[in-house]
Amino acid sequence: MGLETLFGNSFLTTRLDEAINWGRKYSFFQYPFVTACCGMEFMSAWASTYDIARFGAEYPRFSPRQADVLFVVGTVNEKLAPVLRRVYDQMCDPKWVVSFGVCATSGGFYDNYATVQGIDKIIPVDIYIPGCPPRPEAVLDALVKLQKKVSKESVLDREHDR
Amino acid sequence: MTAENALEALKARLGGKVVETSSFRGDDTAVVTPEAWLEAASALKNGLGFDFLMDLCGADYLPREPRFEVVCHFYSSKTGARLRLKTRLPGGKPAVDSLAGLWLSADWFEREAWDMYGIDFKGHPDLRRLLMYDSFEGHPLRKDYPLKGRQPRIDHAD
Repeated sequence: MGLETLFGNSFLTTRLDEAINWGRKYSFFQYPFVTACCGMEFMSAWASTYDIARFGAEYPRFSPRQADVLFVVGTVNEKLAPVLRRVYDQMCDPKWVVSFGVCATSGGFYDNYATVQGIDKIIPVDIYIPGCPPRPEAVLDALVKLQKKVSKESVLDREHDR
Repeated sequence: MTAENALEALKARLGGKVVETSSFRGDDTAVVTPEAWLEAASALKNGLGFDFLMDLCGADYLPREPRFEVVCHFYSSKTGARLRLKTRLPGGKPAVDSLAGLWLSADWFEREAWDMYGIDFKGHPDLRRLLMYDSFEGHPLRKDYPLKGRQPRIDHAD
């Protein structure tokens, strides 16, 4: 962002991190990349009973260019892998990735010719949610963990750790 | 017409081209020679009242020879009868006549069987892979396809 040239690595930059991260972590725009049955559980976490809006992440953007968090929900196969990579590449920094469910995380029990053995072979992942499918509570827990992770980041180092 | 009658009627029409028939607890099966495949399917549709092709798939019986089978399931919406029609194909270049001219639903079934087993359906209007991508080499459901054989389209980390 060029802030280091403006402010240096000073007191002011540190406080700016906190202000910006506070805004970022309570206003995730998610891109739901839903490919399989986990999607039903994702909708459940989204809808009024569990209400992901309480954490400021209720707003889905179906354009990757407007999204902050990529939720990869379900099995990703080799045929789909280039599409997922392209969606990720189209997202603007800062961006985060959540691997939702065991298939996205490790391929699950689909250890075969067609299935990618975990999306972290294709794109970097910030948070993994276990489960087949995960409980909505686990999804909300992951979101809170992601918020904690975001709150420790610096606006200066985001683009270098990719 | 019940399925047992259909088996008898099929044998009466095709004679020695029906290799074997079997009935087990309502599972009625006829095996025909590859040359009689289209003729048998046509007889089932046009003469014997089986108006619905429920499924068509391949099967690999390695190391048996003839190695491959094509299996069809037919249903009659008028009588509720069901009938299974099979044919056996050699391992070298398995090929059989396409049923896509008789049933439109056979189109994608045959594309899937081609994709997974490499069975050629002669006369099919558009025999391309259905599930796998075009750059995929080989046919993944063949028994001699490597168990861990993967063909990624993009580079994987690790």
